[in-house]
This record gives sequence, structure tokens and C-alpha cells, in this order.
Amino acid sequence: MPQETDKKISHYILKATELKSLLDILFQREYHVIAPSIRDKSIEYDPIASFDEITRGWIDHQKPGSYRLANDEQDRFFGYVVGFSSWKKYLYPADKKLFEAEMDTKNFRVIEDGTAAPKYAFLGVRSCDLKAIEILDKILTEGPYVDLDYKRARDNALIIVVNCTRAGENCFCYSMGTGPRAYSGFDLALTEISDGEKHYFLVDTGSRSGEELISELGLSSASEDEIKTAEKAIEQTIANMSKILNTDGLKEKIWANLDSLYWDEIAERCLNCGNCTLVCPTCFCADIEDTTDIAGEKANRTRKWDVCYTLNFTYVHGGSIRTSCKSRYRQWLTHKLSTWIDQFGMFGCVGCGRCITWCPVGIDIAEEAKQLIESS
Amino acid sequence: MAKRKPKLAVWKFASCDGCQLSLLDCEDKLLEVADSIEIAMFMEASRAVIKGPYDLSLVEGSITTPHDAERIHKVRRASKYLVTIGACATTGGIQALKNFRDVDDFVSIVYANPDYIESLNKSTPIADHVFVDYELQGCPINKNQLIEVISAFLNGRKPNIHSYSVCMECKRRSTVCVMVAHGTPCLGPVTHAGCGAICPSYNRGCYGCYGPKETPNTSSLASWFEKMMDVDDDDIVRYFRTFNAFAEAFRKESESHET
Repeated sequence: MPQETDKKISHYILKATELKSLLDILFQREYHVIAPSIRDKSIEYDPIASFDEITRGWIDHQKPGSYRLANDEQDRFFGYVVGFSSWKKYLYPADKKLFEAEMDTKNFRVIEDGTAAPKYAFLGVRSCDLKAIEILDKILTEGPYVDLDYKRARDNALIIVVNCTRAGENCFCYSMGTGPRAYSGFDLALTEISDGEKHYFLVDTGSRSGEELISELGLSSASEDEIKTAEKAIEQTIANMSKILNTDGLKEKIWANLDSLYWDEIAERCLNCGNCTLVCPTCFCADIEDTTDIAGEKANRTRKWDVCYTLNFTYVHGGSIRTSCKSRYRQWLTHKLSTWIDQFGMFGCVGCGRCITWCPVGIDIAEEAKQLIESS
Repeated sequence: MAKRKPKLAVWKFASCDGCQLSLLDCEDKLLEVADSIEIAMFMEASRAVIKGPYDLSLVEGSITTPHDAERIHKVRRASKYLVTIGACATTGGIQALKNFRDVDDFVSIVYANPDYIESLNKSTPIADHVFVDYELQGCPINKNQLIEVISAFLNGRKPNIHSYSVCMECKRRSTVCVMVAHGTPCLGPVTHAGCGAICPSYNRGCYGCYGPKETPNTSSLASWFEKMMDVDDDDIVRYFRTFNAFAEAFRKESESHET
């Protein structure tokens, strides 16, 4: 986890041909490197064992309910924005065995999971996703109940951000104040510049671990021109970001529309399938499942990602509280854009656009919020 | 004195036997089952039958004949708990395709002597005839889910079987969405989980083998197929009219697209 993030950021230059050296150092330091690769026509964050597995030369076109990869004319490493998975799948796994228990005559004995905490290096974390990790940090490690598995994985994790030099069609990080550039919370942050002649990364350092990597690589400091070129590329990304969600008074505006008929209109389209929450980098709800073996001598307790779209999610004695699709969608959107603020002091949405792209019927949180407010 | 082992019976109605085979397919787990439970009647595995009553009956197949419509009541009377397994037993199965047509028309075409055929007009799920304690969906059922149901029954707990969508299983295993990324129509968002999202993991759309999930919004999905994926009405009818054609949500959706 990055330390001393308030220190002044230093800027260096890493040639595109030197990216391999950075990766090699991570492998030498026995990091479990997770980086973007292509799987089944989508960007996915998978473990890699060598530099060659990093994908290059692709951009993504994202629309509500649609995702397509295309060739990147600039042949960048990081021309696309985000894939459907987020880093939570490593920090807060979808299926996590919490413990095993064994019967011993009359009592039962709990066997804790003794596996060591993983040591991840995440390469290609976007600014929105970094903010999502910071949201999970707050919820899972700063409250009265600390998720130790999350905390251990997080403490060990090295984070290499990639600042976005291209805005995806469903991105609205600028509206949410989470991107496209990261200013703190990382070990290193790369801005990829590829203008036909030159191909390099402007590297920002955000921690001592980041500084150490830079000195081991022996990188030279960036010139004023190079820093300005990167800044311009980020400004261009902001200018190109067509999706906007006006957050002024958003919390109150959504509260004021809890009884709007527009929720019924959304419910006609919503499949209550759960995809939006599963791809959301900040959704952290989980179910606890206990299973026994046939003989009734061994039991397992597992934590599984859950979603607020199932009937079981609000099942209490006597039945489920949110029986209609309308009430479940309203719960989700209201939590993300309104009640999350009361609960945790920030939005639960980072504007990554995943829920829009990966909704099988293209329901668009930014558009629905806008329509909802305008419907009043 | 050792505690008496609960007695298990497996019954077959109109079906292909595939769900019963899932029990045999449990292999080493089957030995564990046999340690804790007395397999008292399972014709697919053994001719030896131990008389009822039975603590747990697994019922495969749908009701398609007057004879079976009577027989299922005998099974119910002989069973403390009755669990139906598979698409046939829970929704009427693939043979429920006949429910959309006049059976007499087929019988006269298929059989030389139609007089010998005694078939009901509709293939119906077991729960239409007798009280069912638990329904395990799927064509065929998932053997791990079957073991889970048996083990929950033996330990007096609720089975961990979820009625949410196949999408939940896809995302948990990090399978890329075939609808969104490939433009392949997929019934996953309206289909009951349980298979582990096999088809999407092989880049195929979900066929809906596990039947409708809880609160399925089939009309929204079908309308997306039509508007965004150029699927015509005839194909939508075919999507919803397979192994669970007579399950209410799928039946209504297919009927609304009949031309």
C-alpha cells in the first residue's frame, strides 16, 4: 500500500521498450503480477507470468449493453479503458472460503484458513478503479469490523496506475471527480504517450516503493515539455468525455424522487440479473454460505459475492422485503448515488461505466438518474 | 443401537433418465451417500427393492399418462419428503412441447394403431398433482446440487440452491458476457442458476436448461433480442420453447411471439 502520498510527485520517463524491465523487476521481487490481457474478446485482468502476455494495440468501444474491441492505430499498450472485471476480484474474491469446521464427538473444531496473504502487483489500474479501491479500503478496513483478508492483500499490493489518455463512451469519471488522472494513492502512475514518432510513459511516483522501482530502473527525470504533453493528453481526455452526470445536489434530487413513476419505467427494462453490481468496482455485498458434508461431520463457511437484486438478499422471517424489481433497482441506484454518501461520506459510484456496458439490456445509470430527476 | 439409516427411493415418470444418472454419476460421493442413507429403491442401479415407506423420494419425469397421474399419488403416500429433480419433473420437460398442439394429431401420424396410446393432452410437472417438498431444476440437474439437497435433507438444513440468474455464476467465475461482448443472444439473465454457467464459458448463449429464475423479466430480454440483435419472432419462440417450454414465464413469453 502506498505511503507518504502527500509528498511531491516526481516525474520520470520510461521508454515503451523499457516497460519490460519494469515488469522484470516485479517478477524478481516475487510479485504476483496482474495485468490486462485479452480473453474471449474482452480486456480481462489476469495473472501474467511474462511481459509477452500483456496486451497491446487494442482500443474498446463501449455502448450501453455493448462492448467491442478494435485495433488501436497508435499501437498503445493501454489504449482501451476498463474491462468487465475490476481489481476487487483479487482483493475481495467472488468465492472465499472463510473456515472449515470438524465435528469432534460432541463439539466442533474450527480450522482457520492458513494460506499466506497474496502479494499482488496491479498493472494498469485506472484512476476510477483506484478510487474504487479507496472506497473499499474505507468500508472494509476503517470501520469497527476489519476484513482481515482484504486488509492483508491490500497492504501487500503494489499499484501501478495508468492515467487515461482516451475516454470510453460510457466513462464519466470526470463528473464523479475520480479521473481520468490519479494524483495520489498509487506507487507509480504511467501516462502513455504515443504520437507516431515517440512512444513513452511519463511516470509519476507516489510512494517509497515507487521511488525504489524508479531508481532500480535508473530512469531519467522528465522535461517540462514531456510533463506538459502528458497534461495535454489528460485534458484532451476530459474534453472528449461525452458522458456527464451532474452531481450538484444529486443526493437530494434522488431522495426527492423516491416515489417517481419513472422507477416503474426502468423496472420494465431491468432484468434484475445482478450484472451491474457484480461488475461494479465498489459493490461489496456478500452472502455467507454454510455447507455440510453428507455425514454431517465437516462444514464449510464461504463468502460469496451477492447482489441486492435477488429476493434472498432481503429475506427475513416471513418473506423478502423488496419483492418488486422496481424496489430493487431503486435500492441500487439510490445507494450508489445518494445513501452511500450518508453511510460512508462519498458517492458509491466512480463513473467507470461498467454497469452501463455490461447490463445485458443497456440500462444506463447516468442517463436513468438524469431522466428520473427531469421526470419530477 | 445404531441409528436407522433414512431410506431413499428414486422414481421415474416421463423422462430420459438423465437426472437419475446424475446420481450414479456422483461416483465417490455416491459411496458417501450410501454410507449415510439406505438406497431402498433405485431401479436404474439395482433390481433389489426394499419396501416403503421412504424417508426421501427423488422423483424424475413429468406426468403424461392417466396411469402416471394415479401412480404419483402412491409415491406421495409412501414418502415422508418428496423432492422433484429435473426439468421434466419441475416444469413438464421437453415433452411439454406437445402442450402447444393437439396431441391426437401426432398420435394418428406417429402410431399405426393409435387406439393403444393413452396419453394426456398435456405434460405437467409433479407439483401440479401432489405436494412437493422441494424442486431441483435443471436439464439435467447438477450432481453437486443433488448432493447438496440430499445432504441438506440429512442434516435438517435448507439447501444452498439459489434461484437467481445464470449471470451471477458467469460473473463470479469471470466469464466474459457473450451478449455484451459477442452479440450472442443468451437466456442467462432470465434463467435459474445451478449449472455453473457452462455454455457462456464455451462462448455459447445460455439455452435456459435450468428454467426460469425468480422474477424473470423475459419480455425485456426478448425485446432486446428483437431490437438490438435482429432476432425474429419465430426464433424467440424457439429460444423459450425448449426443455422448460411449459414453465409459466417461458410459456407466456413464447406465446406472445407466436405469429
